[in-house]
Amino acid sequence: MPIPPNIHLQIVSADRSLVSEQVDEVQIPGADGYLGVLPGHTPLLTTLQVGQLWYRQGPEKHYLSIAFGFAEIQPDRVTILAQIAEKADEIDIARAELAKKRAEERMTRPTVDMDFERARIALLKALARLQVASRARIRS
Amino acid sequence: MPSLIDLRRRIRAVKNTQQITKAMKMVAASKLRRAQERIVNARPYAVQMQRVLSSVATRVDPSIHPLLIVRERGPESKTLVVVVTADKGLCGSFNTNVIKAAGAFIAQTTEQCRLGLVGRKGRDFFGRRGFAVMFEQIGIFQKLRYQDAQTIAQLAIDAFTSGDADRVMLTYNEFKSVMSQRVVVDQLLPIARAEIDDTSMTATAAERGERLRPAPSEQSRGAASGGGAPRAGDEAAPAERDRGAGAPGVNNVDYLYEPSAQEIFNQLLPRYIEVQIYRALLESNAAFFAAQMTAMDTATKNSAEMIADLTLYMNKVRQAAITREIIEVVSGAEAL
Repeated sequence: MPIPPNIHLQIVSADRSLVSEQVDEVQIPGADGYLGVLPGHTPLLTTLQVGQLWYRQGPEKHYLSIAFGFAEIQPDRVTILAQIAEKADEIDIARAELAKKRAEERMTRPTVDMDFERARIALLKALARLQVASRARIRS
Repeated sequence: MPSLIDLRRRIRAVKNTQQITKAMKMVAASKLRRAQERIVNARPYAVQMQRVLSSVATRVDPSIHPLLIVRERGPESKTLVVVVTADKGLCGSFNTNVIKAAGAFIAQTTEQCRLGLVGRKGRDFFGRRGFAVMFEQIGIFQKLRYQDAQTIAQLAIDAFTSGDADRVMLTYNEFKSVMSQRVVVDQLLPIARAEIDDTSMTATAAERGERLRPAPSEQSRGAASGGGAPRAGDEAAPAERDRGAGAPGVNNVDYLYEPSAQEIFNQLLPRYIEVQIYRALLESNAAFFAAQMTAMDTATKNSAEMIADLTLYMNKVRQAAITREIIEVVSGAEAL
């Protein structure tokens, strides 16, 4: 079975389309952990977690922070329906930094009516954003 | 004959109205720009979602999820009609069109209909006429958020799963262009497989055509029809689909699911409904401003015309009055 030369990656979030390009490799934060996708992947449908997604075009890697949604994988196509998605250079570092601090604070000093899960997710989101942003800075 | 002063007052009144309509037109235009941007940005997501879902729906058994199950329809079955109107008027036939379409749908179906009303105008119309209303959402268009769509989606899904409705229809104005809106009546629930299949026929056909090529027995023919162009499958003719049917093992490859099919559908399907509703709300919002802009533009033009007519009339009256006075003076002088 011949393998398609590359993957058509499409990333859309509820309010816009972020990426629509031919890429060589994608890594996705799937439900059961990160999964790498190369051309010719078997059809797969997964939910997304909070984390970072990258795709490679030749030697160049691009990073995005992503939170929740779905990914549909076909041998020659990957469609990401994200609830939240941001490109590395769009991330507001100061805001993520602040969100991280706030979430950490809430988790270390739990109160009775606190939503622990929400704080945890907020922390994860902030961490993913910071990580992606830091990668963007290293490259540029 | 109206007096000169009356006419002047009238012209002034029309001028004031014109100023208001002009301002409203301007406001609508700027709001339209923003609303249009939002709907254009939101469309890719809705379209991709639909594509994924259709590709999935062809491979699974509907019984896997309650939202996919099509129920027997009889005179006893119930329909929920969600009608999306605007909160405000002054927008031409925008609201009337949706209301009319919904009314026609209700009149034509033999089933019992209950209504879900979004927007003040629809609420006022149907509420006053004693229709059975299941829920209403007022004042969401001022600041339209995704959560609003979520709320409505939840209400619709609850009605469907609890058996209060055997299907859910969605009626709204679609934003086609600034000049034209189209009223759409869509089935929201159960998620219609046949309908999805139709809309994505070209996509799935292309998919099948492409996936066919690698099959060993078809390889030479597939390569020939592929012609080397990677997107040749796009204009896949029925012939190509027939061959797809001939090799069932290839096009029915089921997905791998992570974590599980059940789990994914539990998340994906409600999300799909939300997105459809969100899109309908955005469409309706953009269409509303477009309609309002057009209506206000027409109103401004009409008032300009009216002012011209009134001014002409006023001048005639003025001239007549002057002439009469001259005649009076002259005949008075002659009498002396």
